[in-house]
Amino acid sequence: MEKAIRKYWPIFVLPTLLAFIFGFIIPFVEGVYLAFCQFTTVKDATFIGLSNFTKVFADSTFTHAFWYNCAFVVVSTLVINAGGLAVALILTKAIRGTNAFRTVFFMPNLIGGIVLGYIWQILLNCALSLLEKPLLRLDATAGFWGLVILMAWQQIGYMMIIYIAGLQSIPDTLTEAAEIDGATPWQTFWKVKFPMLMPSLTICLFLTITNSFKLFDQNMALTGGEPNHASELLAYNIYYTFYGRSGPQWRGIGQAKAVIFCLIVVAISLIQLRSTRRKEVQQ
Amino acid sequence: MSKSKARSNLIWSIVMTIVCVIYMYPIFMVLMNSLKVESAISTSTAFQLPNSETFAGLDNYVNAITSRGFFASFGYTLFITVSSVAAILLFCSMFAWYITRVRSWVTKALYLLCAFSMVVPFQMVMFTLSSLADSMRINFFGLYTLRFNTPWMLWFVYLGFGAGLAVFMFCGFMRSVPLEIEEASMIDGCNPLQTYFKVVFPLLKPTMVSVGILEAMWIWNDYLLPTLILDIDKYKTISMLIQYFRGSYGRVEMGPMMACIMLAIFPIVIVYLAGQKHIIKGVVSGAVKG
Repeated sequence: MEKAIRKYWPIFVLPTLLAFIFGFIIPFVEGVYLAFCQFTTVKDATFIGLSNFTKVFADSTFTHAFWYNCAFVVVSTLVINAGGLAVALILTKAIRGTNAFRTVFFMPNLIGGIVLGYIWQILLNCALSLLEKPLLRLDATAGFWGLVILMAWQQIGYMMIIYIAGLQSIPDTLTEAAEIDGATPWQTFWKVKFPMLMPSLTICLFLTITNSFKLFDQNMALTGGEPNHASELLAYNIYYTFYGRSGPQWRGIGQAKAVIFCLIVVAISLIQLRSTRRKEVQQ
Repeated sequence: MSKSKARSNLIWSIVMTIVCVIYMYPIFMVLMNSLKVESAISTSTAFQLPNSETFAGLDNYVNAITSRGFFASFGYTLFITVSSVAAILLFCSMFAWYITRVRSWVTKALYLLCAFSMVVPFQMVMFTLSSLADSMRINFFGLYTLRFNTPWMLWFVYLGFGAGLAVFMFCGFMRSVPLEIEEASMIDGCNPLQTYFKVVFPLLKPTMVSVGILEAMWIWNDYLLPTLILDIDKYKTISMLIQYFRGSYGRVEMGPMMACIMLAIFPIVIVYLAGQKHIIKGVVSGAVKG
């Protein structure tokens, strides 16, 4: 059978392969190469070795964006997963209107990042001005918490769906046995349900961490990096280096930043997957 | 159920109702501002309901639709999403079937590359991909030149950059399909193409729905890729259009922008309410990719 299928490779493989080469492989390889070049367009690149990378670390906006992004990843991952799990626990109780609640919580996920960013910019600016605090574009700390609130609002529903699926797959016999043995709901959760939720937790942590690292649209629409690059996450910092700065050196530096960014995201995905996989309970 | 449990469930029900109302507030706020006159929307008055003085009726909606070609943007976005998702579902599922059924180092490498491409952030390829899409054209004997920086060919870019997730999910499913069914159809005289479309394809339906929903959610809302690749003066997707109400010189047309946001959200909500079950199932099975 394998032999027969093999002959049909132009029909099965070629369309996707061509698109994949065009849409990923060539741009990726070229992108890695350009990180070692000075260029303004793809064609006028001259090889300059590692000097882009040394300039990246001399650019204070990048190191700031890195730490700002790390803080954002930690806080948003905690908030989103705690929120998503809490909502999932409440909505798996036999309460009225569970389906309607799920519908509401999941809704923000379908709205695009740009739209979300503008909605929350208006809302938060109004709230800040009523509290007589500086607006989002003047205060990077407000921008940070604004972004956390926005992401929590958007992603709690998504993680809730995954946690609900995880909770529903736990056999009732386990929780009932714990109850009969006299466990409090609190103990049942931490000793029985939580270990069984590890696969869902792995997935949700992975999704929230990579989402928070790759965040772009919301960052751009909510604060646009204001004030003075202080609220830039890495993705937006790279974008700005490419398209917002003038000078022949910046595109090369931007591409070098992108390579570093890519390495960070890939490394985190690998480490994170490996470490949580080990803690999963075997059923 | 015991009485105390019933009571605690009622309390939770009430608490969640309140939380949900608060949760929906941002959208409600946009709705009510979209019905106000321009001067009544500012950072200090955005929380106020429209009153008889500030109520603008549907003026903002008319303005949003007529001033910058909302329907054209809607059409482009719809076309890009539908064509890309269709291409991804058809071609990626075929690709996935081939690489799971034919075992060699090439197919293994392709699988790993697809998995890798899922993790790579768009910023890594943003510049090179957009300049490639801008410069690449295929000439058909001088009669017609195929360009990739138009909405009509953007599906090809999405097929390339979005292939990772789709191939990964399809492969995951194909491995669970028993080989015997396919072997039986081959023995009965089907060629691989017939086997695929008559036997494998129908089995894939649930996975197709999941992949389709995840990819559609991404492509419909995508901002950066179409902005960098499309000719902005000619073609704007909805996400790009909203950006334009900010205008130049820092002036923001708040009213029409709010109306435009509502117009952008509205069709999504309709689709969501209609296909909620599938969307939620899609998210759950898509999560296996972790």
